[in-house]
Amino acid sequence: MAKKKNSVLPGFRLTLGYTLLYLSLIVLIPLAGLFVKTSEISWEQFWHIVTAPRALASYRLSFGASFLAALVNVVFGIMVAWVLVRYQFFGKRIVDALVDMPFALPTAVAGITLTALYAPHGWFGLLLAPLGIKVAFTQLGVFIALTFIGLPFIVRTVQPVLEDLDPEIEEASASLGANRWQTFWRVILPMLRPALLTGFSLAFARALGEYGSVVFIAGNMPMKTEITPLLIVTKLEQFDYAGATALAVIMLVGSFAILLAVNLLQWRSSRHLARV
Amino acid sequence: MGDTTTFFRSPRREPHRRSTAESPWVRRLLITGALLFLGIFLVMPLVLLFAEALSKGLGFYFHTFRDPLTLSAVKLTFITAGISVPLNCIFGVAAAWAITKFDFRGKNLLITLIDLPFSVSPVIAGLIYVLVFGAPGPFWTWLSEHNLKIIFAVPGIVLATTFVTFPFVARELIPLMQAQGRTDEEAARVLGASGWQTLWRVTLPNIKWGLLYGVILCNARAMGEFGAVSVVSGHIRGITNTIPLHIEILYNDYNTTGAFAVASLLAFLGLVTLVLKAWVERKKNAELRATEIRMTV
Repeated sequence: MAKKKNSVLPGFRLTLGYTLLYLSLIVLIPLAGLFVKTSEISWEQFWHIVTAPRALASYRLSFGASFLAALVNVVFGIMVAWVLVRYQFFGKRIVDALVDMPFALPTAVAGITLTALYAPHGWFGLLLAPLGIKVAFTQLGVFIALTFIGLPFIVRTVQPVLEDLDPEIEEASASLGANRWQTFWRVILPMLRPALLTGFSLAFARALGEYGSVVFIAGNMPMKTEITPLLIVTKLEQFDYAGATALAVIMLVGSFAILLAVNLLQWRSSRHLARV
Repeated sequence: MGDTTTFFRSPRREPHRRSTAESPWVRRLLITGALLFLGIFLVMPLVLLFAEALSKGLGFYFHTFRDPLTLSAVKLTFITAGISVPLNCIFGVAAAWAITKFDFRGKNLLITLIDLPFSVSPVIAGLIYVLVFGAPGPFWTWLSEHNLKIIFAVPGIVLATTFVTFPFVARELIPLMQAQGRTDEEAARVLGASGWQTLWRVTLPNIKWGLLYGVILCNARAMGEFGAVSVVSGHIRGITNTIPLHIEILYNDYNTTGAFAVASLLAFLGLVTLVLKAWVERKKNAELRATEIRMTV
């Protein structure tokens, strides 16, 4: 890191030094250990582990369910944020505070609660059974749990943008003859896009790594309802450190790739907006 | 055209006017849809949680909390949060001070690295400490020669919890202190305050609500962490079980009501967190507005 510019404030070396030391000890060195450990196995072994049918099935479920859950949260997140910003109704402040519940409720608690709710004899399970829909111990259960934990991300990223939206833009759109839906679709939604992308990627990344809320409701059948984090834990419990590490590397690279892609998209769209 | 619109513009701007408001039916539909979604996903689980916890009566409910295994889990959770939250709090203030009070190259990279634990699966957070301190790791022989246990023991639980809650305080303070600027601290220094005096008497009072907000979020996650702790804990009953792990054990032992009783304790803490959070959030925004007003004057 480079030199500070002359400042009257003290403590640059102390605070930056402490920050770097603590960051290295807690985060960087242990994470680097993961990659060091992977380099101990050969490329063929690594490839064999990460392309095993059971591993591939777990990626499909983890990435697929996380993606769908984040997508559902985009739709309902916009709706909830819109209602909270634009309308007045009874109990609005309580509802607003409640949106953060998935952040405040421990994942294991969410896991057993959702399982009890959607189990064949649970409140929702009983309602859905006549329709032939099974949620608990199926892939649908994984999707429900991931929707739950991703719920606040979109609402909380969209809300401040909606609050700051200049009413004159909507007035201009209306005065040019657009109806409400057209104004929303063509004027408001494009302005929400950066926030939506951020919220989507946060929810997606969180869902990918999620463990506690999923393991109870998923049933954890290999090839069917086994998410990648669970497969990592299973390998660890069998003291298969090489296998666990290889899968962890794949997951890390996957989630970093998503965050990077979203940042690039963000950067492109902001450049596009700047040019307009 | 321009003249007519200015002519009709009312002097006080109201948030919603006719042309930019939805019809009452659409409004009702949207409110119902949003509340239904939140009801199904958030309210029903909470209701079920407390109903299940009390399903065998208050006697059984309190009996669960007299179980020594439950008590030891509660104790370990408080010890863990009691260590990792202050650690991340000190780190958060130090990092925010370095990042917002000085200019240096690589600042954005540093901010990205601080946020890194949020994009790492909790399971992987546990795994990396097993690899470093566990049986396959470089320190294993040394640690076992000196009879020190980190993995499958309390230090590992504290480390894993510290990792997953690492960014909370820092990422709350960095934008706040960025917005507040450096002028207050510079004035204090010019008037002869020492560095520590500046921190205690100027900076900390300025950021206290933001700091508290970060601490609340950090603590909620620290007490509820499951995945990371589960990997490093070894699940030794009465010794390395935190509340969330104890819930899992009760649940897998088919003591569902007991599991929900203990879970209701965490859910209650979560609800307290939400109330505190909503309250502190308003104070924090006032803190931010106060600096904005001071800057414009």
